[in-house]
Amino acid sequence: MAQNIAFWILAVAMAGAAIGVVRSRNIVHAALFLIVVLVGAAAQYIVLLAEFVGIVQFFIYIGAIAVLFLFGIMLTRAPMGNRGDYDNDQRWPALVVALFLLGVITALLVDAFGNDKINLNDRLLASSRTGAVGNEIFRNFVIPFEVVSMLLLAALVGAVVIARRD
Amino acid sequence: MLAADVTLNQYLLLSAFLFCTGVYGVLARRNGVLVLLSVELMLNAVNINLVAFSAFTRNISGQIFALFVITIAAAEVGVGLAIVLLIYRNLKSPDLDRVDQLKG
Repeated sequence: MAQNIAFWILAVAMAGAAIGVVRSRNIVHAALFLIVVLVGAAAQYIVLLAEFVGIVQFFIYIGAIAVLFLFGIMLTRAPMGNRGDYDNDQRWPALVVALFLLGVITALLVDAFGNDKINLNDRLLASSRTGAVGNEIFRNFVIPFEVVSMLLLAALVGAVVIARRD
Repeated sequence: MLAADVTLNQYLLLSAFLFCTGVYGVLARRNGVLVLLSVELMLNAVNINLVAFSAFTRNISGQIFALFVITIAAAEVGVGLAIVLLIYRNLKSPDLDRVDQLKG
């Protein structure tokens, strides 16, 4: 039961913060709301016994990506107060699209997975330890792992080339 | 001894909500940095799905895919923010609505 209580507390916080990300009229607040969503997701992974993904989410998203966003806000000299109007004029069509998508996905999910349960037990915990994740990456996913490292290198070089002043 | 049941759908519905919020943000925001923030929301929704299915099917591959998505998200934010900086430098504003040279 503790897992369910944790889920709902986190879910309410994440949903509220997600709305904050897309509705906030202060760009720094939007980035800070995103950090709440990211921390909530990391906690959800730990509730689901995916400890390694949770910690990686914490380090990479909150440690790196959130800071990168704050730098981006700083470098584009966004107004720091509540002055900006950051929405364009397609707000209502966007809301219709999002609600329609949510309705369709919800109907499909309820139809497809009804009341399926995830059993969080010791066997699942033993099979999703960090060691198991490492074994899986370096046995079955070693080629995608190398490809993704090349992609990171390309993104690094690409970001420098794009943002360079010459 | 750990024994608890959670519904698969509660994770999937949370993820669907986050994804749709991200879709709304991408469509309705004008500032480039805020559009990228909304894209991050969508990527996180996908990650929650992957980890939930990984626990549901007892197959650890889902977690590996979540790790790959996190890596790609990091690369995407780096390149995306570089592009937004370039737009800001050229147009003196990070508003994506002003990038309309192809408009008829």
